[in-house]
Amino acid sequence: MIQKYRLDKGGFIERNKQISFSFNGKKYFGYEGDTLASALLANGVHLVGRSFKYHRPRGFIGAGVEEPNAKVQLYSGAKTEPNAVATEVELVEGLVAKSQNCFPSVSFDFGEINNFLSKFFPAGFYYKTFMWPKNFWYKIYEPVIRRAAGLGVAPLKPDPDRYEHKFEYCDVLVVGSGPSGLASALAAAKNGARVILAEDKSRFGGSLLTDEVTIGNKKGKDWADETIEQLKKMPNVIVKNRSQVFGYYDHNMMVMFERTKDHLQNPNKYTPRQRLWYIRAKEVIASTGSIERPLVFGNNDRPGIMLASAAKEYLRVYGVLVGKKPIIFTNNDSAYDTAIDFKKNGINPLVIDVRKDSESTIIKEAKNLKIEIRFSHAIANTKGHLRVNSATIGKLNEKKSDFQNLEDVSCDCICVSGNWTPTVHLSSQSGNRLKFDENINAFIPNQSRQNESTVGSAKGSFSLKKSLEEGFNKGFEISNKITKKNIKSSIPTSNDRSNDKHDKFWCMPLPKNKNYKRCVDFQNDVYVSDIELAIREGFRSIEHVKRYTTLGMATDQGKTSNLNGLQLVSNIEKKIVPEVGHTTFRPPYTPVTIGAIVGREVGKYYRPTRKSPMHLWHKKNNAVFVDAGLWLRPRYYKQGQETLHEAAKREATNVRNNVGICDVTSLGKIDIKGKDSAEFLNRVYTNAWMKLPIGKARYGVMLREDGVVFDDGTTTRISENHFHMTTTTAQAVNVLAHLEYYLQVVWPELDVNVLSTTEQWAGAALAGPNSRNLLTKIFPDIDVSNEALPFMGFKEANLFGVPARIFRISFSGELAYEINVESGYGVFMWEKVMEVGKEMDIEPYGTEALSTLRIEMGHVAGSEIDGRTIPSDLSLDGMLSKKKDFIGKRSLDRQGFIDSTREKIVGVVPLDKKTMIPEGSHLVQDSKASLPNPKLGHISASCWSVEHNNPFSLAILKDGKKKIGEKLYALSPLKNKTIQVEIVSSHYVDSKGERVRS
Amino acid sequence: MLEIKCPYCGKRSQNEFSYGGDADIKRPELGKEISDKEWDDFVYFRKNPRGKHLELWHHVAGCRQWFKVSRDTSTHEIFKTLKLNEEL
Ligand SMILES: [Zn+2]
Repeated sequence: MIQKYRLDKGGFIERNKQISFSFNGKKYFGYEGDTLASALLANGVHLVGRSFKYHRPRGFIGAGVEEPNAKVQLYSGAKTEPNAVATEVELVEGLVAKSQNCFPSVSFDFGEINNFLSKFFPAGFYYKTFMWPKNFWYKIYEPVIRRAAGLGVAPLKPDPDRYEHKFEYCDVLVVGSGPSGLASALAAAKNGARVILAEDKSRFGGSLLTDEVTIGNKKGKDWADETIEQLKKMPNVIVKNRSQVFGYYDHNMMVMFERTKDHLQNPNKYTPRQRLWYIRAKEVIASTGSIERPLVFGNNDRPGIMLASAAKEYLRVYGVLVGKKPIIFTNNDSAYDTAIDFKKNGINPLVIDVRKDSESTIIKEAKNLKIEIRFSHAIANTKGHLRVNSATIGKLNEKKSDFQNLEDVSCDCICVSGNWTPTVHLSSQSGNRLKFDENINAFIPNQSRQNESTVGSAKGSFSLKKSLEEGFNKGFEISNKITKKNIKSSIPTSNDRSNDKHDKFWCMPLPKNKNYKRCVDFQNDVYVSDIELAIREGFRSIEHVKRYTTLGMATDQGKTSNLNGLQLVSNIEKKIVPEVGHTTFRPPYTPVTIGAIVGREVGKYYRPTRKSPMHLWHKKNNAVFVDAGLWLRPRYYKQGQETLHEAAKREATNVRNNVGICDVTSLGKIDIKGKDSAEFLNRVYTNAWMKLPIGKARYGVMLREDGVVFDDGTTTRISENHFHMTTTTAQAVNVLAHLEYYLQVVWPELDVNVLSTTEQWAGAALAGPNSRNLLTKIFPDIDVSNEALPFMGFKEANLFGVPARIFRISFSGELAYEINVESGYGVFMWEKVMEVGKEMDIEPYGTEALSTLRIEMGHVAGSEIDGRTIPSDLSLDGMLSKKKDFIGKRSLDRQGFIDSTREKIVGVVPLDKKTMIPEGSHLVQDSKASLPNPKLGHISASCWSVEHNNPFSLAILKDGKKKIGEKLYALSPLKNKTIQVEIVSSHYVDSKGERVRS
Repeated sequence: MLEIKCPYCGKRSQNEFSYGGDADIKRPELGKEISDKEWDDFVYFRKNPRGKHLELWHHVAGCRQWFKVSRDTSTHEIFKTLKLNEEL
């Protein structure tokens, strides 16, 4: 029950709200306001995981996004989340977390043998070792390595949570709510700009939460709280905590990841778990702060060794001591804050400072507090298996190349500080070419390519005074540019004890004859020796060193490791850091869940669903639906226990023998008007259109400029300058864009307008020998005889009071009509037709029967118009006008297109007249030929021919027309089938086309 | 995601538009006798420069107008957008 490392007072946690949680199966307690990390540390738990490659025990290093080690798996089942960072997980009642990358447990891990064998696992080990034999990789190496190097486990069930996307616009987006961010936001907002202030943490204030400073006679934290309150009240400001701006994209598109649910004790049912914000900002101010760098020394990765700033944050924000026998190890002043905080809470720290001395105020204060400081000293090594328990300390020689008088000093934590690295990820992502700042030994933003600027410590300004100045000035300057207003806020006075001088010495030497591992990249398990090896092996570019050693990769993106790695390379290469350069920072800055990226576009919401006006009728009549692009179309209407196959056969037979009705609303419809409409169609289609009489339809084929068939359909001349075009369901959208392109870009002189009317018309096809009888009853007022309404004829008529269009067109190859009415009358039309047709046993048919009918007729569709076939491949040669030019015509005499042996459309029938040939099967001469068996063609569509009562397929076959009568094999390795087939004409039924004209 | 100023509608996000390639390509006149090379150049060959590029975009989820965009292909900077009958 007792949190042994929790102070009685201090911090911003709620000590009266105790929370229980579980870590690695054990129950612990923390308080509301804790993170998982602070609560574990309050309980004295430092060991949280194992390192990636060598399975070395690891503890917390940071207190926020910089944490490289503390990746945990949260919860179980569908809710489980891998790779959660314990320092970012807010504590809620019942939280369940466990360590990753260890087996069977974090304190006893088999993988640790890698550590003892580590000399066999240097950088590039995997590349070198697992190359041979080749097939071992899939069967043995990869599965084993995957298990050994496994990070978290992905959930196997669908995510039960809800995620949202939000789009927002603003004048100024301020990223980070430390002193410079608050100042920027306040100055810009007061000057009338629309501001969004984003803070990753749950608490605003950044360094003001932990630093002993005053701003305008107020404590820093109080100033921060008041500023936030002020901003929240302003109507032109959006203030967001728990919101990470993780990506900087083109034209100032910023993407922000907001955590909205997981921290709530009792969330509402519909509270989204996370929200992804797309923010288009006129200007971005990055006040992203800085991250402390670790020092590099022997075994510097033991649990209990962490950043001095993190130790201070745990103490100041959470009232947690990270140890009771601390060593502070530093090359600069900032770590003394941590030492003083320990001292003021009754703990005696030992400070090890690599510098000879320092005269700043803060060190005087430390001396006055009687804190023991050893200047010119360094830590050479540490001991303690699952938690550091001592440090080997020695005096550095003059050149800092060796130690004198090494001694072991016991401790329970080591707080390190190797100075600060500005967080430049966003600036870098924006295209800002960073520059190296000698003073702070780190990269800072330079000239930005987008509307972006950086303020505060993110720019290397480590003093509070400077941060505030930069913030207020930049906030005003940028808002002034946008709002043209001149309301200036006064900059409050401030005090801090800063001294940003530091010793650039950060990588400790190895004592003679010692070979301690010195860690550079904690997350990717990269050591000094690995980088040295990479350079010895000839890798020079920092990008190559990065990939060979994995330095700075993965979720961490080198937050704590990049600069140390760079400095090491430049030291070894005897170059200065800017010459070595830096690797590219890539979004996301911190990991983002797939759920947030996907948002609400999940499952059937992945894309919109289009339904015909008659959808509900189909549903009521047992339709089984199929996706056709965005459309849901009836595939068949199930009767009793029918299978798809049986239903399609019944429906198609009814069309061949009687009459059926099919919903064809989804076909693309384009209204074409203007005096040059006929001329336009003449250019767009391959056949002639100028002389099409009014009241007549014509079948047309469109090509792309490269000669490949693009789409087909019928177009009807409604009046002299008015046409009604139909397209296939799949290409409707593309055909419209195609027409618009030619009308606007290529032939703007043509007087033509096009408009999609797909959704304005409900369409029903009536097909079958009885369809005219039915039509007579539906339209008793007009003459629908073969003479009055011949094949490809068109009439406007009155359907029981509703205006309708009748087209005599046929996809099924039977006598057929298509009736169109305004969408709102779709159901009326459908029900009337069914009512009138009842006496002649009309039946609805779905897309499966529709396919059957068109396949056995040899009509081409999307499976033949597949983006590879030209008109002659599809027996559409007759559609090509010789008298005029049209889109794509010039391509048709290309050498490859006039080759007479091209693959052409044919019909295929299995010799046994029983076996359905799987679509996609290959046609080959010899079923037993050695692989790769030469492919002569493929099966494009298959059906059960209702006319012949046996299977029939269409195929695209090399030199197909000459192969009619030959016997080949259809091979389907997927279905494991070999079928002997005969090649026949693609027109399997009514090859003379008499029925449609009957 | 780019922000593109449609000359008819104003600034909109890239996801409202579709790309239409090099705006300097002129389709050969209909019915005109041209060499295979001229035709191939029109159908297949594009410059793909690094830097300034005049290209076509289509405001598909908006006014459905095609228009010209002068854009840097490496930085994505958009210098100007124009109606089809306007010149740079
Ligand atoms: Zn527009």
